[in-house]
Amino acid sequence: MTLTIPGAELRALPLRCRNCGAESAPAPSAICEQCLGPLEPVYDKSRRLPSRAEIARRPPSLWRYREWLPVEGEPRFSADTGFTPLVEAPRLAELLRVARVWVKNDAVSHPSLSFKDRVVSTAINAAAAFGIDTIGCASTGNLANAVAAHAARAGLPAWIFIPHDLELGKVVGTSVYAPNLVRIQGTYDDVNRLCAQVADRFGWGIVNVNLRAYYGEGSKTFAFEIAEQLGWRFPTAVVAPMAGGSLVTKLAKGFREFVHAGLVEQELPRIYGAQAAGCAPIVKLVERGDNVLVPETPNTIARSIAIGNPADGLYASEAIRGSGGWVAAVSDADLVAGIRTLAETTGIFTETAGGVTLAAAIALAREGRFSPDDEVVLCITGNGLKTVEALAGALPDAPVIAPRLREVAQLVDRAAGAN
Amino acid sequence: MAVTLSLPAVLTRLADGAKTLEAQGSTVGAVVNDVAARYPQLSPRLRDESGNPYPFVTIYLNDEDIRLKGGFEAPVRDGDELTIVPAIAGG
Repeated sequence: MTLTIPGAELRALPLRCRNCGAESAPAPSAICEQCLGPLEPVYDKSRRLPSRAEIARRPPSLWRYREWLPVEGEPRFSADTGFTPLVEAPRLAELLRVARVWVKNDAVSHPSLSFKDRVVSTAINAAAAFGIDTIGCASTGNLANAVAAHAARAGLPAWIFIPHDLELGKVVGTSVYAPNLVRIQGTYDDVNRLCAQVADRFGWGIVNVNLRAYYGEGSKTFAFEIAEQLGWRFPTAVVAPMAGGSLVTKLAKGFREFVHAGLVEQELPRIYGAQAAGCAPIVKLVERGDNVLVPETPNTIARSIAIGNPADGLYASEAIRGSGGWVAAVSDADLVAGIRTLAETTGIFTETAGGVTLAAAIALAREGRFSPDDEVVLCITGNGLKTVEALAGALPDAPVIAPRLREVAQLVDRAAGAN
Repeated sequence: MAVTLSLPAVLTRLADGAKTLEAQGSTVGAVVNDVAARYPQLSPRLRDESGNPYPFVTIYLNDEDIRLKGGFEAPVRDGDELTIVPAIAGG
């Protein structure tokens, strides 16, 4: 008789505290018992790493980099997430006065149209390794969409907690997958606090709470894909939005890991972080240059990155300053202009966080942070159809005419005159 | 002032299994001192060697992050609730 052990074919990696270095066994816990510091997975330094050619032969998903992901064995769920397009944007290169620009386009990430698919694909397999059968999250929207979608296709129940006043697209894009969706009266930081207690109480796999150590590693694949899609090389600069600060931290880690693996032999990119001025605790931390994060109460339409108490703020600041990069905070008006400029120059419709990223890149260019020979990748992390409210009143109304050719001709003449 | 302090699960074993503790003090720092004196093993988990809160641990006074209210200097009143929450990733 064969004994089937749940999750037997998957094994989550052991953990080490980033603060005090204490090691612990694989567990659905993100907190060091010694000092409450954040835990990170420990990779076997002697493991065999694949060559460029081996990686290139694997299916186009983030699991092609499985040796750098924190779950050993065949992924049981969401093995087809990742490997989104890297799109060259020559008109943005002109705008930023740099040699080349690419957009890493997670606005079309599978299945839920944001980069959160990467972290959830990783976390849901860690949950499977631990035999956890209910997953959940605290979310500003994109993670809610991702957890709901990945749980639905895996057939797992999900409990998802969001601020009560999120954009309609984020709410509908979650509830359509039929999770247990709960709206909390408060900000994302309030939701976070509640979810820390929920994870303790119910034993679920809350992906960004007790599975956080495994979840965060999925973000590294953003960096891996950039390097591979550029032909196993790095850009000179990367601009990314910041919410909790994890993405920029993991971008730096991902680039470093590819250098250590000998897959790329090049100077590491400078990393630039972008926030909305109405919630910019990491930008201010980098600008001050100290190591004391001052939390804020968010006030911006960029809801997906409105985290006033960013958990990885200090690490993000270290990653940015250590890379030779910098930060920028932009107004809500500028982020709306950023959304429009990205759409009009690249055909990519991004949500508010993407507008922040492009607007910050423009601000950084104006400050002279880029040089004419720079090659810049903009990290676009979410889809514009989720936050159409941001564009209310910003776009011209389309004319309504009778079904007469004459009226079309008048419009064409008027458009020609305007041009 | 009598205040309730809620601990994350990883710390309960250092407080004889208690998820919440009753403590005394007129500021958040004084409450933490009271708990640290009664449960010495908790002490280094609640504050760093200089006696300051850790950057990766958030302490809430009722619904507010104490960093918005003066940190360990924030005054507390009878019946207030303190909650210790380790950092959480973005969402």
